[in-house]
Amino acid sequence: MDLIRLKNVSKQYKNGVTAIYDLTLSIKKGSFVFVIGGSGSGKSTFIKMLYREEKPTSGEIYVGGVNVAKLRNKKVYKLRRKLGIVFQDYRLLPKLTVYENVAFTMEALGARRDETRKKVLRALELVGLKHKIHNYPDQLSGGEQQRVAIARAIVNEPRLLLCDEPTGNLDPDMSMEIMQVLDEINKTCGTTVIMATHDKEIVNRMKKEVIVLKDGRLIKHEEQGGYEE
Amino acid sequence: MKGFRMLGRSIRDAFKSVFRNFSLSLASISCITITLLIVAISILISFNVQNFTKEMEKDLTIVVFLNNDTTEEQVRNVQEQLRELDNVDSITYQNKDSIKEQMQQESDIFNEVMSTWGDEDNPLKDTFQVKVKEVEEISATAEAIEKIEHVSVVRYGEGMVDNLIQAFETAQKVSYGMVIALVLVTVFLIINTIKLTIFSRKREISIMRLVGASNFTIKTPFIVEGMILGLLGSIIPVLALCFGYVALYNHFDGYLYSQLIQLIPPEPFIYMVSGIVVVIGMLVGMIGSSSAVRKYLKV
Repeated sequence: MDLIRLKNVSKQYKNGVTAIYDLTLSIKKGSFVFVIGGSGSGKSTFIKMLYREEKPTSGEIYVGGVNVAKLRNKKVYKLRRKLGIVFQDYRLLPKLTVYENVAFTMEALGARRDETRKKVLRALELVGLKHKIHNYPDQLSGGEQQRVAIARAIVNEPRLLLCDEPTGNLDPDMSMEIMQVLDEINKTCGTTVIMATHDKEIVNRMKKEVIVLKDGRLIKHEEQGGYEE
Repeated sequence: MKGFRMLGRSIRDAFKSVFRNFSLSLASISCITITLLIVAISILISFNVQNFTKEMEKDLTIVVFLNNDTTEEQVRNVQEQLRELDNVDSITYQNKDSIKEQMQQESDIFNEVMSTWGDEDNPLKDTFQVKVKEVEEISATAEAIEKIEHVSVVRYGEGMVDNLIQAFETAQKVSYGMVIALVLVTVFLIINTIKLTIFSRKREISIMRLVGASNFTIKTPFIVEGMILGLLGSIIPVLALCFGYVALYNHFDGYLYSQLIQLIPPEPFIYMVSGIVVVIGMLVGMIGSSSAVRKYLKV
């Protein structure tokens, strides 16, 4: 079954730049997909449209059966609850501890305290940071911070995990650490993972489904693809 | 259950924010304080004006003097005709003998002079005291009464009454206008103050949006914060109002300048006005902060 379906999607920003041209593709439930391409290829815009940070200029985007392109501002939160998002710059709150950062999602959704605690600890265990729950983000390494961000994204058990260059700020070792965590989540929880990246090595080593964008156009979409120029 | 939990969290966050950004909060609070002080004074003035114009209207009577040679039959006739007028509320008849007695009781000098008057040569006139329904139409009613047969003179304190009522109405309108203008200015100031506190929490708001917090969840702490600011801002005005008005009332013994202008007794009047002031303060805070936060809730 398709979790995500795009039909003739185009995106033109207000300043006249066209980021996506007539994109049509679908992504299966439970898959692990790399979205690759150089700067300005439109991969970030693609991810942003999936979580409705940006609206497409034309076309339809279905995420789990909902047409995200037509979603009203007031209803966006309902979509966001069903997916997790990880960014290149982590976006953790510096004044909260690791535990509080992850619990922040649950609190924002109004979960009960004991339920919050259970889920937060499980998420932190999954990313291997259970021993650092009382630390603050600036006491952690970049890779650890990103793992906290991943824990925050998955704590609510979303069906879809979107990652916008999660390894962009990390060295190769830490990047592989993050990739293992993401792969683990994909395999054990069945979460669909979509990850935008321009890191060739990661893509070639993971041997996953690959979507290649160039100048806003879909060039290649293949299972177990690699990244070549 | 979930709603209560969210509300509790909102209130906790709001209190935290008020005290964490205390200098900013203080700016809003003092702004609300000053506004509410003036609002309270305006409310006091306009309620009192309303009260004593009404009191005065109640006391206002048309005195109808009849001709000296009017027979009892004719008096009854006049009474019938008065009753038929639209604006007439009640009529009391007083013959010249009872007027004489009343005046004799009121003053020793009158008593001296009037004691020589017999029933036949009493120069006073029989009178009707007429109360009207609508004070605004009192002059028209007086004119109509004047046209009735056997009526010699009609008096209702023209001029003075009209001017007084008009002056009070103007005072009332001005105080209403001032209250509205001040409330608007305060809302504007609060919008700006809360915008600053929100700006420092922009990152937090954007993350809340990303993880799927509804607009309601994000907005509520800020609205509660505005409410708290309004509540804190209304403390001084309420105290000033309660003690100030009681002191004023006691100092003037309930009357301003003359017996004519009667003040409203402090209890329960001040409690009602305090309630109004607090509600205005909280509403102003809430409106200000909810419009300030709206900007950050668009994607």
